[in-house]
Amino acid sequence: MAMREIMYRDALREAIDEEMARNSDVFIIGEGIAERGGSYKVTEGLLAKYGSKRVRDTPIAEAGMIGVGVGAAIAGARPIVEILYVDFAMLGMDMIVNQAAKFRLMTGGNGRVPFVMRTQGGAGGGVAAQHSQSLEALFYHIPGLRVVMPSTPSDAKGLLKYALRQEDPVMFLEHKHLYMTKGLVPDGEHIIEFGKADIKRPGKDVTLIAWSNMIPTTLAAAEELATQGIDAEVVDPRTLVPLDKKTILESVSKTKRAVIVQEANRRGGVASDICSIIQEELFYDLDAPVTIVAGLDVPIPFNLTLEKASVPQKQHVVAAARRVLHVDPIELAAE
Amino acid sequence: MTTPARSANAPSKALLEKIFRTAYKIRVFETEGIKLYRQGLIRGYFHPYLGQEGIATGVCAALREGDYIASTHRGHGHCIAWGADVKRMVAELLQKETGYCKGYGGSMHIADISVGNLGANGIVGAGTPLGVGAALACQIRGSDAITVTFTSDGGSNNGTFLESLNLAAIWNLNFILVIENNQYAVSTRIEESTRETDLYKRGLAIGVPSFQVDGNDPIAVHDLTREAVELCRAGKGPVLIEARTFRHMGHHVNDPGKYMPEDELASYKERDPVDRARNALLEMGGAKVQEIAAIEAEIVAEFESAVEFSKASAEVTPDAFREFAVGY
Repeated sequence: MAMREIMYRDALREAIDEEMARNSDVFIIGEGIAERGGSYKVTEGLLAKYGSKRVRDTPIAEAGMIGVGVGAAIAGARPIVEILYVDFAMLGMDMIVNQAAKFRLMTGGNGRVPFVMRTQGGAGGGVAAQHSQSLEALFYHIPGLRVVMPSTPSDAKGLLKYALRQEDPVMFLEHKHLYMTKGLVPDGEHIIEFGKADIKRPGKDVTLIAWSNMIPTTLAAAEELATQGIDAEVVDPRTLVPLDKKTILESVSKTKRAVIVQEANRRGGVASDICSIIQEELFYDLDAPVTIVAGLDVPIPFNLTLEKASVPQKQHVVAAARRVLHVDPIELAAE
Repeated sequence: MTTPARSANAPSKALLEKIFRTAYKIRVFETEGIKLYRQGLIRGYFHPYLGQEGIATGVCAALREGDYIASTHRGHGHCIAWGADVKRMVAELLQKETGYCKGYGGSMHIADISVGNLGANGIVGAGTPLGVGAALACQIRGSDAITVTFTSDGGSNNGTFLESLNLAAIWNLNFILVIENNQYAVSTRIEESTRETDLYKRGLAIGVPSFQVDGNDPIAVHDLTREAVELCRAGKGPVLIEARTFRHMGHHVNDPGKYMPEDELASYKERDPVDRARNALLEMGGAKVQEIAAIEAEIVAEFESAVEFSKASAEVTPDAFREFAVGY
């Protein structure tokens, strides 16, 4: 299939554009997304193409705009609500957790909520504690939500198009560092179903599980490990809910060693849950304890050196992989 | 602005009968439902709409097919006024598979999306943004349908009240927000929760046409809602309506409501909305006493058969539940 190299933000725009052209029920609201084209230029040009009915700026009122999106979805439309930072989505948690997530079950299935909240998280650039969080675990914990965390332009486009065609509320969590990254995206219709992990790098010695902006970090770690004779497999679940347990477990069955890498702080994180799934299913096949590389359990500091110290870096992934391969027993014992 | 003058045309007998039927049906549902609750047949929470029947009745009589409503935790009245099937409502309260939500929702979550009932809601104030969302969906689709959200004095102190009504205002949505001001948020008196107790004034502050009406007068509520609908269709929406009323009981069936002054309750009972609907049908509609008695008997019989239907219905089994819950 013919491919083009485009940026993550362009891939997101293509997905929205194509779905808006295909279905007049798709619309988008958010802060500064219309004339301005969004803080990350994802919605640039959509106002001119689809008009002010379907591309709307909102006041700074996250609870209201998320709730309005949920209501529109219940009434059968397909809203995309863009929230500038995932941190700001906290203002709308009642609408996400108590309304959107519950509605389908509470109504015995007579109501559905095809609502997509696009937002971005992650540390980087010194935007400090209220603009840097990785909050996927909050949404992951709530039954009824879909949690999507694309790491590449291709995944971003294919998953967003799928999000706009299914019937449940989707937390579509982008990463502020990924918008300008480039990657190959197939020409033509490109849709990726939820619940299908992608093996970003095949390998046989150790399984590295990561998502979102930890994929570039983990792939870089895998390249460094390769220079040391270690062949790592990198698995990207792409959607945390639904989670493709099968692909994860097949990979770990093969390598018998797993490292889970998440940018979010460790306590109560998604990595812990994936870890529990692996040990429960594969305990007797494992050659080493499943290891987690995660952010520190602290609010992200402003200072750039400290910010960097708060979230996993390539060397942490390399060290963890070496540890589960028992390459550095003495050095690690001293840690 | 306050209650507008009665419309020049007297209401038709058909409208008066519709209003009385609805108000009385709500009264029977709540009164008989409480008995079922006391017998242990209904579990969980039950927030009676007794005393407030005039509002749902009047508002819904002014709406038409294709419109939307969003309700509150005290939602039975809105549901009935919207034309819900009493059988499926009772079945829901009795946790049966034949209920509106198959017993998954209960009293606080009855919804029927197929006819535009966006549902009751267990979170006070939450129906406001949801209703604005439905109104937005209608505008995007080029529909002139109206969405009404029922909220309350309690709900009007939630932040989303302002956020949502403001969104509806900047987008000129066909949205009517009805504050059922029963003067208590659970047990907290309105004077303790706001300095300005004329709640309709909150709409004026953000450029929304806003009115106050006697919520115990279903015909006045109906007339005002008709005007609000016309304002919306003329592109002047949204509209805020504050309907003053009073609960006949505490917050829910197990709340004795001792904090409600007896003399005040008595004064509202003298202006009982169901009695007023009945008198209007008799006096303005020229109905005979026998006609009224026949309507009442019919509604009581409908409720009794709904109870029989519900008792005979099955519950969702845990196996069916596990199948339904796949993918969560």
